[in-house]
Amino acid sequence: MNFKKILPQLLTLVVVILVFGFFSYNAQVNMENRGITFGYGFLSQESSFDVQFSLIKYDGSHSYFRAYLVGLLNTILVSVIGILFATIIGVVVGIARLSSNYLIERTAAIYVEFFRNIPLLLQIFFWYFAALRALPLPEKAEPIFGVFFLTIKGFFVPAFVWNNLDIFIYSVISAIIAIVFVRLYAKKKQENQGIQTPVLSISIGLLIILPLLSFFLGGVDASVEIPVIEQLSKTSFTFKGGLKLPPELISLALALSLYTATFIAECVRAGVQGVSKGQKEAAASIGLTPNQVLKLVVMPQALRIIIPPTTNQYLNLTKNSSLAAAIAYPDLVLVFAGTALMQTGRAIEIVSITMLTYLTLSITISIFMNWYNKKIAIKEK
Amino acid sequence: MFKLVKRLTSVIAMFAVLFTFTTETMAAKKSKTLKNTQKKGFVRCGVSQGLPGFSNADAAGNWTGVDVDVCRAVAAAVLGDSSKVKFTPLSAKERFTALTSNEIDILSRNTTWTLSRDADIGLTFVGVNFYDGQGFMVRKNSGISSVNDFKAGVSACTNLGTTTELNMRDFFNSKGIKYEPVTFEKADEVVAAYDAGRCDTYTTDKSGLAAQRIKLSNPDDHMVLPETISKEPLGPVVRQGDSVWEDIVRWSLNTMIEAEEYGVTSANADMMKTSDNPAVKRLVGAEGELGAALGLDNEWSLRIIKQVGNYGESYKRNIADTGILPDRGPNELWTKGGILYVPPAR
Repeated sequence: MNFKKILPQLLTLVVVILVFGFFSYNAQVNMENRGITFGYGFLSQESSFDVQFSLIKYDGSHSYFRAYLVGLLNTILVSVIGILFATIIGVVVGIARLSSNYLIERTAAIYVEFFRNIPLLLQIFFWYFAALRALPLPEKAEPIFGVFFLTIKGFFVPAFVWNNLDIFIYSVISAIIAIVFVRLYAKKKQENQGIQTPVLSISIGLLIILPLLSFFLGGVDASVEIPVIEQLSKTSFTFKGGLKLPPELISLALALSLYTATFIAECVRAGVQGVSKGQKEAAASIGLTPNQVLKLVVMPQALRIIIPPTTNQYLNLTKNSSLAAAIAYPDLVLVFAGTALMQTGRAIEIVSITMLTYLTLSITISIFMNWYNKKIAIKEK
Repeated sequence: MFKLVKRLTSVIAMFAVLFTFTTETMAAKKSKTLKNTQKKGFVRCGVSQGLPGFSNADAAGNWTGVDVDVCRAVAAAVLGDSSKVKFTPLSAKERFTALTSNEIDILSRNTTWTLSRDADIGLTFVGVNFYDGQGFMVRKNSGISSVNDFKAGVSACTNLGTTTELNMRDFFNSKGIKYEPVTFEKADEVVAAYDAGRCDTYTTDKSGLAAQRIKLSNPDDHMVLPETISKEPLGPVVRQGDSVWEDIVRWSLNTMIEAEEYGVTSANADMMKTSDNPAVKRLVGAEGELGAALGLDNEWSLRIIKQVGNYGESYKRNIADTGILPDRGPNELWTKGGILYVPPAR
C-alpha cells in the first residue's frame, strides 16, 4: 500500500463528507427550529387535485405518488415527441444546408439562425399565446380530412376503440422479434456466401402481415371513434369522443422540436462535411451507386461525428421540457414540483425527488446514446 | 488514520451543537426577527406579483394595496417609518419557501389560512385582513348565470398550487361534473389564456376575479357568478417560532381594525390623545404601557394610524375607490353588519 498516494484522496473524501454533513446537519437544525417535519410519507396521501391531461388513470382521489407518475409520464411523452420531430427536422434541415440549390440552402440557414437565437421560453410563449389566439373556437373549426379538429381548446383526433388489444400488441412484438432474426440470418448469409437479402422489404412485410393475421385469426377488432361537437352553454362548445391533445402539449412539443432541430441540423451538417471528399470519390471509383455511397461510406462516418453532440441536444430538450410550467402543460415540474409541492409544503423532499428523476432520465438517454455511439465507432481490428 | 478522522468529526459535531445552543438561548430573550429588522432598517415583506387592491406596484415601483398596508403598519410600529419596507414579489409557489428560508419576515400576499398550512409547514397565520371566497368568472354571452349551468367538459383556468385548485375539485366533484383544469403559475398567464378562449371559466378568489377582470381585453363582456364556493380568509403569515414578532404583526393589523371601530383616523389620531374614552387613549398610546409588552415604545400604534390609516381608510383607498369591490360585504366592522372583529388592545 502506498500511503502517500492515497492520503490526499482520503483527505479530499473526508472534506467532502464533512461539507455534506455540515449542510444536512444545518438543514436539519433549521427545519427543527421552524417546526418543519421531514419525511416521504406524504407520497401515499390522497393528492386531492386534478390534472388536465394524463396517460394513466388519475384523479384527486389517487396518491401524490400517482400524481408524480402522471407528471413523469407527461414529461417523457413531450420529450419523446420533441426528440422525434427535432431529429427529423434537424436531419432534413442539416442536409438542406448542404444543398447546391441556393434557395433551399438559404432557407435552411435562415431557419437555423432565426430559431436558435431566440430564447426558448419566448418561443414557447409565442406558440402558446400568439398562435393559440389565431386558432378557431371549437364551433368554428374546419374539419381536416373530415375527422381532425384543430381548435383553441386542443387538437381533437379520432381514437381507436380496441377489442383484444393485447393480442394485437403480441402480434407486433412477435413481428419485431422475427425481424431481428431475419436480420441476423441475412448478415450471416452475406458474410458466408456474399449474397444480399432484401431485409427491408421482408421486415415491412412481417410488420404488416402478422398484425393483419391477428385481426383475422385472433379476434382483434378496432373501430374508429370520431370526435363530435358538443354544446356546453349558449356560446361555448367542445368536442366529445375521440382523443384530445391539449394545446399546451402541441405548443410545447412544437417549440421544443423547432428550437432543438436547429442545433441538430448544425450537428448533421458538421458530420457530413467532416467526411473527407476522398472517401466519396474512392467509393464512387469502385462502382458504388450514389445511394450506396451515402449509405455505406458517408453516413457511417458522419454518424460518428453527429452522435455525441446530438446526445447533448436530446438531454437539453428533455431538461428544457420543464419550461412546460409556464404554459400549463402538466409535466413533472408543474404537477409535482408545482402543485404537489404547494399543497404539501414539502419543498426539500419534492425538489430532491424531482432532481433525482431528471438525473435518471438524462443518464438513461446518455447511456443509450453512448451505447449507440460505441456500436457505430470505428472497430479497429 | 480512521480513528483520527472519527475523533475529528466528533469534535466538530460537538462544536456545532454548542454553537447552536448558544444562539438559541440568545434568540429566546429577544425576538431575532425584530432585532434583525431594526438592525437592517427595513421590514422584509413578501407580496404578490401584482394583484390590484391587494399588492400592486405602479410604474414608479410604489407598492399599494391592503396587503401592502399591513407591512407598512409593521414598519411604522417597529421602525417609525411606514416607507421602510422592502417588497419582494412572489409567486404562489415561492411564497412559503421564501418565508421559511428567511428571505422575508412577513408574507402578506392574499394567502388563505388553512389548518395544514398553519400547522404543518412551519408557518403561523396571525389574523385575517380580508374575508374572501372562491367564485367563477364567465363570458356574459355564454348564457351561464349560475354555477348550476356548468356542464361536463367545461374547462377552467386557474393558478396552480393554491387552495383554489382543491376547492374547484371539491365543487365539480360534488356536482358530478367532469371538468378540465388548466393551471398556470402566474396570474397574468391565467388571464391571457382565459381571454383567448382557452377556458370557459376562470376561477379564483372573488376579490381576485374582480381585480383581474380589469386586465381583460373587454372587461364588460365578462361577469362573476353570484355563488361563492369556499371560505377564503386571507391574512398575513410569519415564520413559526418567533412569538414576539408574531404578536407585533398580529397587533399591527388589529390596531388598524380597532382604530376604525373607535373612529380614529390618520387625520384625527393626534387629537384622540385627549379623548375621554380610555380604550381610544390606549389605542393612541396616551394611556397604559402596551408597547413595552411587544418590545416597542408606546407610540407604535399611533404611528400606524397616522402613517397608514385605519382599516377603513386602507380599504377605501385601495379597494373601494379603485372600483374593485366598492361594497365591503363581510369585510365591514362587526358593529356595522360585517364580521371584522378583533380582540381588544388592553
